[in-house]
This record gives sequence, structure tokens and C-alpha cells, in this order.
Amino acid sequence: MEITFRDAVTVMHGMAFGGLLLLTFSGAGIALYAISAGGWTPAARENRFLGWYFSAMAALGWVTVFAGAYLVYPWYRARPPAGVTDFSGYPQRLLMSSPATTGWHDIGMEWKEHLAWFAPLCLTAVAYIFLRYGAQLTRYREMRNAVIGLVALAFFAAGAAGFFGAMLNKNAPVRGGANIILMRSSHE
Amino acid sequence: MSESPAIPETNGKGAAAVLAVGIASVTLGVFTLAGDAVPAAAAFFNIWNPTGPLSGVIGFTILIWLAAWWFLSRRWAVQNVHFHCVNLAALVMIAAGLLLTFPPVIDFLQGK
Repeated sequence: MEITFRDAVTVMHGMAFGGLLLLTFSGAGIALYAISAGGWTPAARENRFLGWYFSAMAALGWVTVFAGAYLVYPWYRARPPAGVTDFSGYPQRLLMSSPATTGWHDIGMEWKEHLAWFAPLCLTAVAYIFLRYGAQLTRYREMRNAVIGLVALAFFAAGAAGFFGAMLNKNAPVRGGANIILMRSSHE
Repeated sequence: MSESPAIPETNGKGAAAVLAVGIASVTLGVFTLAGDAVPAAAAFFNIWNPTGPLSGVIGFTILIWLAAWWFLSRRWAVQNVHFHCVNLAALVMIAAGLLLTFPPVIDFLQGK
């Protein structure tokens, strides 16, 4: 069972960082619901925890988008040398070579590569607000509304980017580089 | 560990963080449109060739976001601002940013 180096980096970007970020939204959603609608007033220690929780989410968001833009995206958009007709190592060209798949690039990747950045931007602001205001956030209804809106936008951005990332990689995998052996088959 | 006392706080720094996200959003949208529609802008944004114009679009957006946040945070440090207006302004700018990064809208604006 093998995986290429580029596959491994893409998996880290999409499943390890991006997937983990998406999972953390469930905790964020429950906390925000409890504060806004459930009447929960977190103690100072709980507020500090929430601040660091959102900071971890923001950090995951930044790692995900930077890994995507500066590690995976250059492999995705690589231009094939003249005369090459096998586009399997050139995902963007592979998608654009067929009317059935070109939309995954024209809309999917073109949107994802920008939309994804909304997530860490929003989450950084949310983390700052929790760390700065803590328990006093209960006094500021409009600020709480802003926090909920920013977290919702971050979830939408991360979710849409994740969906398009998964679909892009199904139609034109980013693949290449050294093979990494994950497990040796007993039937070899 | 003892609970921290409730220090009187103004809402200005929180408002600065929210509005800075709005400014970053609309900046990202405008830069994305410019990078797609104007070849000179695409060349300007191409600060790291493997990533192409995206590198500059993102890099300059982050710089403007941090500068706006720093400026607003200093300006509103000890002020209570009308947070509803800040939310409204941020909402409009975020909506504009989302639209301007959506490829069919970018194509429509260029008459494609």
C-alpha cells in the first residue's frame, strides 16, 4: 500500500488540517448556542478555554490555507511541457481538457482558492474577541451576534472549500513525487 | 486560579476586529477581480511564480487586513462604538467580498 509524496501532502492539507478544522466547528457551534440561546455564562476559566479553542481553530485555518496555496496549488497548476498529451501529472490541465470536468476548475478551484481564506480571517477575529473580552462578552449582544456570524461564515468557507477540494481531487488527483510505503502486503 | 475581576471595557477593539474582517473581505474580492480582469494586475500580484497571482492577492489582502485592524484598534481603543453599524458595514463588505470572489460573478462583470 503506497502513497505518493504529493498525495501525502494533499491529504495533510485537506484531511488532517482542513478536516480537523471542520470537526472543531461542532464544538464552537455548541458553545455559541449555549451562550446565546441557552443562557450559559462561562466562568473566567471557561472563557479562557474558549479563547484558546478558537485560537486553535484559527491556527488550523491558517495552516490549511497556506499549505493549500503554497504546497498543493503549485503542483495543481503546473504547466505541462509542449507536446505532452498525458495530463495525469497536471491536474488543472486534465480538468480543462474535458467539457465534463472543466467546471471543477473554472468554478470549483477558482472559487475555493479565494473563498477558503475567509475562514482563518473570521476565526482570528473571533479568537481575539474571546481572549480580549471573555466573560464581558455577555454584556455585548451585538458583538456576540458578530461572533456568531463570523463563525457561520468561517464554517461556510471551510465547508465549501473542503467540498470542492475533495471533488477536485477525485476528478484530477494531485499526485507524484517519491512513493511512500504505508504497509507491505502479505501477498507480495 | 482566581477569577479575573470584571474590568470596565469598551467595545471599540472588538468592533475593530469585526470591521477589519469586512475590509479584508472586500479587498480580497476587488483584488481577485483585478487579478482576473487586468493582465497588468495579474502580473503585479504574481509575487511567487509557482502560486501565481494568488500569492499577491492573498499577501496584499493580509497586509491590508492587519493594517486596517491595527489602525481601527488604535482609533477605537477607548471608545464605545455603535456596534450595530459596524456589523452592518462588515456584513455589506463581506457580501461584496463573497460575490467578487465567485467566478460566475467575476465573468459577468467582465461581460464574458
